[in-house]
Amino acid sequence: MSTLEIRDLKVAVEDKEILRGVNLTVKSGETHAIMGPNGSGKSTLAYAIAGHPKYTITGGQVLLDGVDLLELTVDERARAGLFLAMQYPVEVPGVSVSNFLRSAVTAIRGEAPKLREFAKDLKGGMDALAIDAAFAQRNLNEGFSGGEKKRHEILQLELLKPKIAVLDETDSGLDVDALRVVSEGINRFRESGETGVLLITHYTRILRYVKPDFVHVFAAGKIVEEGGPELADKLEAEGYEAYTKAAV
Amino acid sequence: MGLNEKPLSTLHEKSSYNLDDFEVPTGREEQWRFTPLSRLKGLHNGTAAASGHVIVDVDAAPEVTVETVGRDDARVGKAYVPADRVSAQAYNSFEKATVITVPREVVTSKETVITLTGSGDGAAYGHIVIKVEPMAEAIVVLDHKGSAVYADNVEFVVGDGARLKVVSLQDWAADAVHVSHHHAQLAKDATFSSFVVTLGGDLVRLSPSVSYTGPGGDADMSGVYFVDAKQHLEHRLLVDHSEPNCKSNVDYRGALQGEEAHAVWIGDVIIRVAAEGTDTYELNRNLILTDGARADSVPNLEILTGEVAGAGHASTSGRLDDEHLFYLQARGIPFDEARRLVIRGFLGQLIEKIEVESIRERVMSAVEAELAR
Repeated sequence: MSTLEIRDLKVAVEDKEILRGVNLTVKSGETHAIMGPNGSGKSTLAYAIAGHPKYTITGGQVLLDGVDLLELTVDERARAGLFLAMQYPVEVPGVSVSNFLRSAVTAIRGEAPKLREFAKDLKGGMDALAIDAAFAQRNLNEGFSGGEKKRHEILQLELLKPKIAVLDETDSGLDVDALRVVSEGINRFRESGETGVLLITHYTRILRYVKPDFVHVFAAGKIVEEGGPELADKLEAEGYEAYTKAAV
Repeated sequence: MGLNEKPLSTLHEKSSYNLDDFEVPTGREEQWRFTPLSRLKGLHNGTAAASGHVIVDVDAAPEVTVETVGRDDARVGKAYVPADRVSAQAYNSFEKATVITVPREVVTSKETVITLTGSGDGAAYGHIVIKVEPMAEAIVVLDHKGSAVYADNVEFVVGDGARLKVVSLQDWAADAVHVSHHHAQLAKDATFSSFVVTLGGDLVRLSPSVSYTGPGGDADMSGVYFVDAKQHLEHRLLVDHSEPNCKSNVDYRGALQGEEAHAVWIGDVIIRVAAEGTDTYELNRNLILTDGARADSVPNLEILTGEVAGAGHASTSGRLDDEHLFYLQARGIPFDEARRLVIRGFLGQLIEKIEVESIRERVMSAVEAELAR
């Protein structure tokens, strides 16, 4: 049983305040959707929690089972059980997917996985996400299409089994088939009930496949409305206009 | 033979067998401005007497002949005319040359390894000729080690339709000084690939060059270097396209770490009037890992014909990409290991091209050792 607790988080980029006091608690077994217009600070929340150097924390705490993640380095946060599926995964030349995944699994588990077991897990994970076996030998994200990058992010999610997963616009740029494959991956990950998911999205489309327990509306750097899945339906019908006006 | 001063190109001004045709460099010359002359131990000004030794040991493929010959051997100095002062000094100072011949149409059954070991007792000069006769194929490894003050010229003479692959390892002891010219002369449809790995030495200045004597030649030149504190590692490439329909590709990559680590890369490509249909690309990339390290990278392309198939160059020098490190760290991989993965990937993409497995593994483990520092 794990809990991610975001308390009054304030974040700036180059002296510009982006997050203005975010409060949110995600527990194992729960899926929270954060929805909001472009530029509302949704991605800033994701990257700030993960520890991207571009973001400066100006106030608040992010506790994972009582440990303040903000005191930890990026890799320590990941080893503490946090995972961020990125919106734009970077290409890393010369580092193969299989080498990268083995290094990541070794770091997260604290010991190298048995080679045969790892090969089996990897193949199973890739098959489930309809990723071609040849991918393992390719350079990390290099020349991957948008959909391939996202499926590869979900492959990592399934292999690394974090306590809390933050998915930053994983649905963006996916066609319907790819969205279904990716959603199934997220649902497999949720199945155990031992993990929490914070799903950041602009669109309601993915929520038809990945049902949230809670929906939070984000505008101008904070949560402005909260509710159950029905709130997503309201956003689908009415858009964000009411919130962007109110926030100004 | 006298001074050859064809004003054809500004990139390659003159060459001569005669030492007096070259002034003692002062450091202001374009050719010498990056090289710290004071660390050359006199190789450039005639004060480095040939009192030392670099032992040449050849472990040859059974199909090739290996000879040690005198200065007057007709095969010496045929393909290459010294292009700078130190090269001319080496040409005028060596006592014995090593000549390796791969007979016509012979495909060697294993690589020929030439080990050059410095004995650390003063300056030495050398000359090697590797002659691959028409349609023959060979792999040659030059393995430099030990402590030396050494200037030499190496001629690769690649005959019609022949294929030569060369790996040159500069794995010198920390105090070594090495100034070397590697010249490949490619006949019609000859294929030459060179892989240079420079890791050791206080100062290494290696000038690989290529010329063509017939159409259809193909030269692929790769290099990897790892520069540590106070090291000066310099690579000066010259590809002289004078024949039609030839290719050249240059890809040199280096990593630098530590105070006063200095890498210099000069990439000159000339495409002369007759060299229609030339296809050439040159690339140099430097990864600067710490403050205090410096990379000078100068690609030059001189095109004298309008009819080229392709001609380009690129040069980048920069730090490790924060986004790469963030991505790897966000997957739990600690900073030091993430850094190693990225650097290993950057150099490894080239190192994979080395076909001789034992050499490839040795280079990879040498890079690992550098990364562990």
